[in-house]
Amino acid sequence: MHLFKFLRLIPVLIAAALMSGCDLVLMSPSGDIAAQQRDLILWATFLMLLVIVPVIILTLVFAFRYRAGRNATYKPDWDHSTVLELVIWGAPLMIIIALGAMTWVSTHKLDPYRPLERIDANRPVPEGVEPLVIEVVSLDWKWLFFYPEQNVAVVNELAAPVDRPIRFKITSEGAMNSFFIPALAGQIYSMAGMETKLHAVINEVGVYDGFSANYSGAGFSDMRFKFHGLSDEDFDAWIAKVKASPNALTRDVYRELEQPSQANPVTYYASADETLYHDILNRCLESGDVCMDEMMAFTELGLTMCIAGDPRDREAGSEKEVRELLDLTMAGDNGRSLNQ
Amino acid sequence: MSELDLTKLIFGRLTLESIPYHEPILIVTFVMVALGGLALLGFITYKKAWGYLWSEWFTSIDHKKIGIMYMVLAIVMLLRGFSDAILMRIQQAWAVGDAAGYLPPDHYDQIFTAHGVIMIFFVAMPMITGIMNYVVPLQIGARDVAFPFLNNFSFWMTTSGAVLVMASLFVGEFAKTGWLAYPPVSGIIKSPGVGVDYYIWSLQLAGVGTLLSGVNLLVTIVKMRAPGMSLMRMPVFSWTALCTNVLIVAAFPVLTAVLAMLALDRYLGTAFFTSDLGGNVMMYINLIWIWGHPEVYILVLPAFGVFSEIVSTFSRKRLFGYASMVYATVVITVLSYLVWLHHFFTMGSGPTVNSFFGITTMIISIPTGAKVFNWLFTMYRGRIEMEVPMLWTLGFIITFVIGGMTGVLLAVPPADFVLHNSLFLVAHFHNVIIGGVLFGMFAGITYWYPKAFGYKLDPFWGKMSFWFWTIGFYFAFMPLYVLGLMGVTRRMNHFDDPSVQIWFIIAAFGAFLIAIGIASFLIQLVVSYRRRDELRDETGDPWHGRTLEWSTSSPPPYYNFAFTPRVHDMDAWWQMKEHGYKRPEEGFLPIHMPKNTGAGIILAGIATVLGFALIWHMWLLAGISFLALLAVAIGHTFNYDRDYHIPADEVAGIEANRTRMLANHV
Repeated sequence: MHLFKFLRLIPVLIAAALMSGCDLVLMSPSGDIAAQQRDLILWATFLMLLVIVPVIILTLVFAFRYRAGRNATYKPDWDHSTVLELVIWGAPLMIIIALGAMTWVSTHKLDPYRPLERIDANRPVPEGVEPLVIEVVSLDWKWLFFYPEQNVAVVNELAAPVDRPIRFKITSEGAMNSFFIPALAGQIYSMAGMETKLHAVINEVGVYDGFSANYSGAGFSDMRFKFHGLSDEDFDAWIAKVKASPNALTRDVYRELEQPSQANPVTYYASADETLYHDILNRCLESGDVCMDEMMAFTELGLTMCIAGDPRDREAGSEKEVRELLDLTMAGDNGRSLNQ
Repeated sequence: MSELDLTKLIFGRLTLESIPYHEPILIVTFVMVALGGLALLGFITYKKAWGYLWSEWFTSIDHKKIGIMYMVLAIVMLLRGFSDAILMRIQQAWAVGDAAGYLPPDHYDQIFTAHGVIMIFFVAMPMITGIMNYVVPLQIGARDVAFPFLNNFSFWMTTSGAVLVMASLFVGEFAKTGWLAYPPVSGIIKSPGVGVDYYIWSLQLAGVGTLLSGVNLLVTIVKMRAPGMSLMRMPVFSWTALCTNVLIVAAFPVLTAVLAMLALDRYLGTAFFTSDLGGNVMMYINLIWIWGHPEVYILVLPAFGVFSEIVSTFSRKRLFGYASMVYATVVITVLSYLVWLHHFFTMGSGPTVNSFFGITTMIISIPTGAKVFNWLFTMYRGRIEMEVPMLWTLGFIITFVIGGMTGVLLAVPPADFVLHNSLFLVAHFHNVIIGGVLFGMFAGITYWYPKAFGYKLDPFWGKMSFWFWTIGFYFAFMPLYVLGLMGVTRRMNHFDDPSVQIWFIIAAFGAFLIAIGIASFLIQLVVSYRRRDELRDETGDPWHGRTLEWSTSSPPPYYNFAFTPRVHDMDAWWQMKEHGYKRPEEGFLPIHMPKNTGAGIILAGIATVLGFALIWHMWLLAGISFLALLAVAIGHTFNYDRDYHIPADEVAGIEANRTRMLANHV
């Protein structure tokens, strides 16, 4: 066996040893992103143990060996050694350089905003496969999931087909929560008026826990849901089941739903208002509200005009020109730049 | 109608319903506190000690007495904060599966908020401020701090914050937001009650105290060192105190500003941190952590200083790598401002920003690691006396490196995405704050206690306290690491999954061991007081110390030094002893000293009333107390009777006593 291959097995072996005791979901995840995060945790721990273990041993050895009454070598005025100083500063420095490099690479590779390039360690995402888009809204105190592709919505239950990349778009009605399915991938905050993103893929069929990892008030402890990793057929069946529900998520239904409530049951909505997620995100549910994306587009337009010159210098009746400029701004990327 | 308005004007939001008499736990607590308080007050009255307390302690501007008062405050608040911890541990061990436990979220959420706020602001902060107050002037050969009155005022402002937090237990409620009160949960819409207002005003009052005491100690260290004590001859504890106070002066105004903005949002309807009208919660989270991360180093640096003193004293050896120790401290001070974002990698910043803050965080572990190695090589080829302070130091090194390791792990952003907000994180910061700060403070208390009171602490109960704390710590927090890896998040009120229960039961058991550790510490104080004649320190130098505080008597005279010492070496007192230093026994001069004043406690008392009035919207009382505050503050500036001279005869008398005591001892 090649040494390198063996080294790659180390994290798996450690994980197996740790797992035997209890269900450490972070050490035995079922999604490729979470698995990579697990490997990173194990490698970083291993690197640090290179310093930590000797320090603990030396502490005990020195404390025992040089305790009074044992008459070991005693040098009361010895307080400097250039070689030791170099080692003292150098050894941690080396480890931090290694860890820093690992951090830089892995942080970029595992950026939750970055679309997936692989399904797991051996399979790249096949050409032409589009990620499943799921829009997530945290409410007091439940989760609302929109499936725009299927035009359904669900409260407190989530499902996705195995091995298909998922793109979560996440926002909040009010309180800041954190969207977290430990078996799938790391967490990301949900914040009102802003959209965060998470890309992930589930590799094994199963039922996993999902919850809010950021305290958000009295009902926080029950803000939990089950995440179902399903085969393609089962996923279609699940969608069909949701579609068979008599409920529809209209604005009026949403207004009722957003009232604070605790430990909500799973609820299916056979259809959902198509602009609802946009309007929750941009805080313009009531007619007459100015949506935040429009507001920001106007602000940017204003800035453009400031740079271009005083708008009063322009000819009156150039409304068309302004509209064109506005459309142009709106068409631009409003991901990180605007909603962040 | 007008009658109703008058009631509102006077009492604001305060009504009889605000008293939580429907909560049995609170009623029992209240009765216990009331009985205990009455007993204490009765005892003081019976002993006719009020005059003594007022003139010798409450109004004292002596840095040593103020330092001791800070420690008393910290220990009282430790009991409160720890009670909260026990309540939480019981709730989490109990409320699994169908069981709801005994604390509904409404109460439980207040408890974990109060626990965090109290432990950081009213236990850890007063402890480090107290120790710095007591030790720094003695260690640098000064007679007091630079601004003695300000010191007294700072202490009472900190106390007034603590009084408000305690008041929230029995009148109204405390915040249900978590210890940093993130909006929107802490905003007026989601938290309309008085809880967050208690939070804001108690921290604002205590913050005034902390900031002023930071300025005070900073000036003291920069300007009042004994002749010959250049910066690179300053004891390491004073160095860490210097860096900590630089951090306090730079960081606390940020906290004051961010809480002021939160208060404006809540009181005047501004929109700094709302989701609408252009406000943004991310601003709050950034600002609070720009204070919050340096705060961590504010707490731990003095503890590092304490360990440096102890490890060198009890190894009977010069500190290894003094210069690298100083540089490490300074590097940590500077870097502590460049890492705040690691508290919210999961808020959606890009990978480049996240990696930057992850890597700066890791870089801090280099100077910290250097410090650990320096302590190790101080022990190397030493003659280690296993006294209680040294035990705490060894316990610290082993515990702290584990906490440091999990900390660096959390600094790797993709790892943080799965560990953030979990019990792994909770275990990590308790690991460094208990293993670092608290162990450091217990080591420091044991180390300097004979200096402050003239007798050593009883070693048996000290060892009991050490072992129960240490073993209790491992039982209480190692399970939380495991739970974190099981994907269990923090601040949960109850759990569905039955497999978590066993770990919470182990953690609760650990908390009870820690309770025995705290009890041992209190017993230690009583036993040592009763055995004080056997434990008496007559030399002033019970541990064969190395720094100037050990050159004074125990306890030191109120003027500290009859003559300002001259310093020729880093270990000034060690060097003086080596060179056969002789104490001057004549030629004493009158000593110029500041006078006690009641202005500090009066101002802080009025500020407490002002805070209470603002919390309850009692606008009339708020206006009156604010004017009173101004009047007393201005009035105090007309007090010209601020100093006096100790006559040379009195100094000679005190010093002759010490000469006799030293002669008897030998």
